[in-house]
Amino acid sequence: MARLEKLLEMAYSGNLRALGRLLTLVENPGSEAIELLERLTSRAGKAQVIGFTGIPGAGKSTLVSRVIAGLRRRGYKVAVVAIDPTSPFSGGSIMGDRLRMQEHAADPGVFIRSIPTRGIKGGLSMAALAMVEVFDAMGYDKIIIETVGVGQSEVDIINAAHTIIVVTMPGAGDDVQALKAGVMEIGDIYVVNKSDKPEANKTAAYLQFALEKEDIGRRESGWRPRLVKTSAVLGQGIEPLVDAIEEHWKFARETGLHAEKVKARRILLAKMLAESLLSSRVNAAMEVNKTLLEEAAASGRGLFRAAEVVAREAASMLLDSE
Amino acid sequence: MSSLQSTREQVLEGPKRRYKVLVAKMGLDGHDRGAKVVARALRDAGFEVVYTGLRQTPEQVAMAAVQEDVDVIGVSILNGAHIHLMKRLMAKLRELGADDIPVVLGGTIPIPDLEPLRSLGIREIFLPGTSLAEIIEKVRKLAEEKRMREEAEASEQVGQA
Repeated sequence: MARLEKLLEMAYSGNLRALGRLLTLVENPGSEAIELLERLTSRAGKAQVIGFTGIPGAGKSTLVSRVIAGLRRRGYKVAVVAIDPTSPFSGGSIMGDRLRMQEHAADPGVFIRSIPTRGIKGGLSMAALAMVEVFDAMGYDKIIIETVGVGQSEVDIINAAHTIIVVTMPGAGDDVQALKAGVMEIGDIYVVNKSDKPEANKTAAYLQFALEKEDIGRRESGWRPRLVKTSAVLGQGIEPLVDAIEEHWKFARETGLHAEKVKARRILLAKMLAESLLSSRVNAAMEVNKTLLEEAAASGRGLFRAAEVVAREAASMLLDSE
Repeated sequence: MSSLQSTREQVLEGPKRRYKVLVAKMGLDGHDRGAKVVARALRDAGFEVVYTGLRQTPEQVAMAAVQEDVDVIGVSILNGAHIHLMKRLMAKLRELGADDIPVVLGGTIPIPDLEPLRSLGIREIFLPGTSLAEIIEKVRKLAEEKRMREEAEASEQVGQA
């Protein structure tokens, strides 16, 4: 483990190359990743994790870039985990979220890391959560997760972030859209971006109404969700948005929501890790019981019995590997 | 049980880590169609590609490569400033301790400039007319070499520990 020690030491002392390599290590599950996370999580738990989610094309990346600038002006070190989709065909991906944040590339107080979804549903991968722990342990004050923005069911973020920002834009659906379950329910702060466009006031009014009726954003914590109008391209509304982020952070610390969320994200990370450990064995056990499965699938008899066999085999492989 | 054993080991290793490539444009050069075509071809070949967009400084590109921990950096330059820009990029990579990341260059490069660029440490130079297949193959080879060096380094250090 000499290499880990050395990388950790370098990263703690501010070496960005070492930090980049640590992120790669935790991105790929394996014994080294587990060892690393064991060391890091005890130092983490201080940062505010801010999740940006919402429909594709709402301008999340540009908005994030402006918010980074706002947070930097207030003296914070900022890390970003930008999640981009993976091609289901080639397994490759083009990660372009960073493109809109490149103005911060040369700023040593900002660290941006792109990760592909690699087919993960729900918008968040184990890699993203593990990276949050790394950045947190390395002393970043604010960690932004920009989700892939696939749709209305992207709600994993609720367990991973302290402050959830739902980004929408004018003309993206009517008042019924605003009332739908899922992503529209989870925001601590709602942003109508591109509010220089026509219909922005109408969209904002729908949302404001839904917020006041507590149809959306109803939270047990007692926080009343905010609505902010921005135009990221024109740089408008950014300071009020950063103010709202800060207010929510103050609220989270005073009410104990902060510690609760750190716990929730770690439990989610542990669950994902457990699932990944099991699922790799399930794959191996499927391979071992291939004939049994194929016969059962063809005849339609005994398939679910075979599934039990696979599960038992997988569990015993996991025990064997200890 | 040897075939069972190897199946287990194979599956337990998990999905193979994909090669990650940075595609960048530097300087006052507004033409990125070529860079996008190459980025897309690499994606279709299964690479993870990070694209940084137009008009980047060499310092921005080097920092992005470090933050993203890429296996290869690919730069496209069409405006004639290649020697100046690549010199700065290589210097910044050295300063960041990232000169182990292989750099390739594509663009309209005059033949007399090839040697000076190679002596800066540029690993491959793709001139107009190079096929996408050739680019993909050479990028893959460089990425493979880098991963092998890292693995060797890791096992060497474990041996010392």
